[in-house]
Amino acid sequence: MSGYLTGVLVVLAFNVMAAYAVYLPLAAGQLNLGIAGFMAIGAYGSAFLTNEYMWPMWAAIPAGALAAGLTGFLIGLPVLRTHGIYFAMATFALGQVISAVFLNLEVVGGAAGYPVTDYAGPNVVFAAAAGVVLLMLYISRTRFALELTAVKSDATVADLLGVPVRGMKVAAFALGAMVAGFGGALYAHHYNFVEAQHFNVLLSVFTVLYVLFGGTQTVWGPLVGAAFFTLVPELLRASDQWRYALFAVFIIVFMAIRPQGLVTAALFRLFRRRAPEASS
Amino acid sequence: MSTALEISALSKSFAGVQAIRDLSFAVPKGVSTALIGPNGAGKTTVFNMVSGVYGVDAGRITVNGVDVTGMPSRQRIGTGVARSFQNVRLMPHLSVLENLLVGQHVRASSLGALLTPYRLIPNHRWKREARAALEESGLGRWADETVSALPYGVRKRIDLVRATLAGASLLMLDEPAAGLNPSETNALRDHLKALMAKGTTLLVVEHDMHFVESICQNVVVLNFGEKIAEGPLSRVRQDPRVREAYIGSDGEA
Repeated sequence: MSGYLTGVLVVLAFNVMAAYAVYLPLAAGQLNLGIAGFMAIGAYGSAFLTNEYMWPMWAAIPAGALAAGLTGFLIGLPVLRTHGIYFAMATFALGQVISAVFLNLEVVGGAAGYPVTDYAGPNVVFAAAAGVVLLMLYISRTRFALELTAVKSDATVADLLGVPVRGMKVAAFALGAMVAGFGGALYAHHYNFVEAQHFNVLLSVFTVLYVLFGGTQTVWGPLVGAAFFTLVPELLRASDQWRYALFAVFIIVFMAIRPQGLVTAALFRLFRRRAPEASS
Repeated sequence: MSTALEISALSKSFAGVQAIRDLSFAVPKGVSTALIGPNGAGKTTVFNMVSGVYGVDAGRITVNGVDVTGMPSRQRIGTGVARSFQNVRLMPHLSVLENLLVGQHVRASSLGALLTPYRLIPNHRWKREARAALEESGLGRWADETVSALPYGVRKRIDLVRATLAGASLLMLDEPAAGLNPSETNALRDHLKALMAKGTTLLVVEHDMHFVESICQNVVVLNFGEKIAEGPLSRVRQDPRVREAYIGSDGEA
């Protein structure tokens, strides 16, 4: 594999992990606009453990993910009292605050950035991303995923049927934060350098765009969305600067004619129905 | 006879307007009851308080012998009470089967149950149970359809199946016959009668008195948040206060 291709695929792997971090709470109707903040916690947390305490990477990365998940849990409890746009704004502010804290934290290098010792090669990143996808596929086959959808669809009815609405939301938010932290921790160990400026608003917003583009109705949406946003701009490289304009126009048109995203549940049902017909 | 629902001295006001005033009545097990009255009489408010969507200002609500007055709405399904809404509220983007699976939550709420990949297991018992319940009600062919694509009458009955799967022994139905054509109404009536035969008690808010007459043995009449009459429909109909409350629709009640 060429260095270029490997580079692109590594970016894809990170984008896929980030997309699933946004997808989980979104499946319960919560738009997390601060996902970059949780990635930063994972990145700095695991980097700090390897640099200062000589933790091996394989222990430091999960620890970074756990730290991000725990932060998500503790912050989710109060923040999930808000709804809709207020929740989105709260997470947006949260992402900014976390990023600002790391920017000013001298113990991890502050604005100068923070070099990281242990190196995670491309294959580790690919395996990790595949692991996240498999985990999400598993979750999507459980009652947990079904009940997240129920909470998103009609929280009052879900509550009356006994579904712990708040618990479900907090769990999805914290799990999403953990996946973000996991991706961030790997990022730190793959590029061997973290700087707070990387975990900015654009990163959060782009990740949300992957998920909305791919579609939130099925577990495949984030994967397709992240792949599209990572690979298509590369394929359009030949058109030079015009690719950004072309790409932007395409997104606007696409979201206007298919706001539910590329991959939908109805699409799957269509294929499932066709298959038995074809075989009979 | 034990009671499915007992409401005593219940009161509720919204911004100074008394919606329910000192209301008491009981629904004995097996005696399906209709809650009737003019618009704004407080019928849906009673449903909302029993299901826990609203808190109460004063009074006590007991379901199957359990005091639910201060109980969080989420836990009340565990006492056997379920409700429907005036406009059916199923999860529109989910399939019929998935809606029914959500209904099973109260009996499958452990962490292990939540994390079981039932969709990977062919013919998992939850799916089997939901399909069987659908078949029993003659709705089997809709199992894999998306709810939003179904006729209104079918959706209403799927709502009933979902409540049944939640283990409801007291079912509160808010205008079940509204918006249905005659054949759909008949199908709904048969469905409800089948549920009653299996021991479910109904509390029904309904304007169609023929429908009420065909499924309810007892009627409670509300007006301006107060109970003005109670008893079999034939007797309640003759009550002067009921006639007065229904002026304009003379003879209907």
